[in-house]
Amino acid sequence: MRTIVCIKQVPESASDVTINPEDNTLNREGAEAIINPFDEYAIEEALLLKERHGGDIWVISMGPAQAEKALKQALAMGADEAVLLNDPNFAGSDTLATSYALSRAIARIGDYDLVVCGKQAIDGDTAQVGPGIATRLGLAQLTYVCKVVDLNPEGRAVTVHRMLEGCVEAIRGRLPAVLTVVKDINQPRYPSLLGIRKANKRTIDVWGAADVGADPTRIGLGGSPTWVERVFTPPMRAGGVVFEGEVDEVVEKLVRKMQADGLA
Amino acid sequence: MAQLRIDIDLCTGCGVCVPSCPLGALSLNDGVAVASEACNDCAACISVCPVEALSIPIEHRLQESKLTDYRDVWVFCEVEEGKIVHVTPELLGKGRELADTLGCRLCTVLLGHEVENLASQLFHYGADCVYLVEDERLSPYRTVPYMEAFVSLVKKYKPEIILIGATICGRDLAGAVATRLETGLTADCTELRIADDGKSLLQTRPAFGGNIMAQILCEKHRPQMATVRPKVMEMPELDASRSGEMVRESLVLGDARILTEVLEYIKDELESVNLVDADIIVSGGRGLGKPENFSVVRELAKVLGGVVGSSRAAVDAGWIPYPHQVGQTGKTVRPKLYIACGISGAIQHLAGMRTSDVIIAINKDPEAPIFKVATYGIVGDVLQVVPKLTERLKRL
Repeated sequence: MRTIVCIKQVPESASDVTINPEDNTLNREGAEAIINPFDEYAIEEALLLKERHGGDIWVISMGPAQAEKALKQALAMGADEAVLLNDPNFAGSDTLATSYALSRAIARIGDYDLVVCGKQAIDGDTAQVGPGIATRLGLAQLTYVCKVVDLNPEGRAVTVHRMLEGCVEAIRGRLPAVLTVVKDINQPRYPSLLGIRKANKRTIDVWGAADVGADPTRIGLGGSPTWVERVFTPPMRAGGVVFEGEVDEVVEKLVRKMQADGLA
Repeated sequence: MAQLRIDIDLCTGCGVCVPSCPLGALSLNDGVAVASEACNDCAACISVCPVEALSIPIEHRLQESKLTDYRDVWVFCEVEEGKIVHVTPELLGKGRELADTLGCRLCTVLLGHEVENLASQLFHYGADCVYLVEDERLSPYRTVPYMEAFVSLVKKYKPEIILIGATICGRDLAGAVATRLETGLTADCTELRIADDGKSLLQTRPAFGGNIMAQILCEKHRPQMATVRPKVMEMPELDASRSGEMVRESLVLGDARILTEVLEYIKDELESVNLVDADIIVSGGRGLGKPENFSVVRELAKVLGGVVGSSRAAVDAGWIPYPHQVGQTGKTVRPKLYIACGISGAIQHLAGMRTSDVIIAINKDPEAPIFKVATYGIVGDVLQVVPKLTERLKRL
């Protein structure tokens, strides 16, 4: 059993990143880099499956040199191998180019049964890289997974629950498969002190575009069909009315407002 | 290392680029702009520079599409339990507007098993043409058969724009289709229009939890693909007199390539909740004090005909299951009315509900951030106010 987990390093609270309305500067207070929260569930699920089925876990991340910190955390949690995809030619990749680069790295690792990703990253919120990897590698695509019901490496099958809008879908896929996971799937563990110490001693392998045999026309800015034309702060919500005072009175005031707005 | 080049001979040190950077990577040093290692070559700064001192060398480019080969606006018709999902008419409304601006047709892709009867509704909502593929293997939804059917239609008929709902199904499909077509896909758009060049689709979407909006173009590749957030685009008027052309195609796909098999759908009343489609959501948070007190939230939701949501804190405390969670690691919702009971309004929660039409906040702390986004607020004990409100609404 080999599982490859794809992770991304993101600002700690992506939504803390704001544009300051007065001078139009960027406000990034407290925006420390962390593993994308959904990807922590992906790592944990790989660890849980390894406890049951054995094998090894590879963690890969495409990003700047600092993303090594996220990979070391994954190693500290219990992953076996970690690879950083880092190359100036990867810079500026959109989801199409990112899924291409990651799928090249996955192909180089080889012999895998599962690829696990978080359902989306909290900075970009696209949820497009998981399906991109599955499509490029021709693997079963199982998105929004909230439970792995059964994994049968010998029978080459995995059965999962997918969290849809109003219900759960039970679906079986052939291995190897790509799973993208939601928060409900598990409770990620904290790395042990020993794990942290061991991880800190490891050197993280860095692979460039040539190492994974990536076609230079399909990565980075040149390999990305989409282009960010402009960014701006969304219009602020107008300040509201706040009622304070005796309960009956404030409720009455609120209900009148609701009636006026056709909400009651 | 980022590829961004700053020509210090051209740079005047005006600083216009500094706030344009979504990553805060640009600053002024010794009278010229400098980029830190946080730069990821997103190119947001390039167009704002008045003297063109910023550039990113483009040595290689994806093979560009021959733009004139592509025509028409397409909308994917999402079907659930034999019915058209509500995001589909919303997309047809927007698609009609885009097609009229471009002077082309609005077409719908209808995939499934015995779904032909749905085509008339698509015409009524504004479609000129329906591409219909019927096959037993297209019900229920599965990624590979849908992707194959969709991709072969695109290759044959070459649309310039494809809109798909940013639902679970739509996002699962769109990511696969765009990858196969090697074209651009913009996720979860909240605004779409034709750019000033008269041909490119200008796609606006929230990023960083909705605190920043990004405008995205896919100028050199076709089709231009976008998933669109449900309940954002206006529902079009239904015109029962409209009809259109129907084009049938068949699914050519070996069974061995399908890879997945749907076993069943499980609907648990407690666990399942459709927050995304709800018009009214009443959410509870840690301010409720204990799990039993969620009953006051449920009562209010019941009276209003709404559904129950929650903050992350309440889910993490085990008070209510995860499918109810609204926010960054939960669901993004846009109801007509969102009532936050005992929720302080952490930025991660606001990211999931700030675009609701009307927000009512009930919280004992007048300084709680939830009041900053609330249309109406009540400062008070949630356990007194909410039951009183429920009772009062019952008497209406």
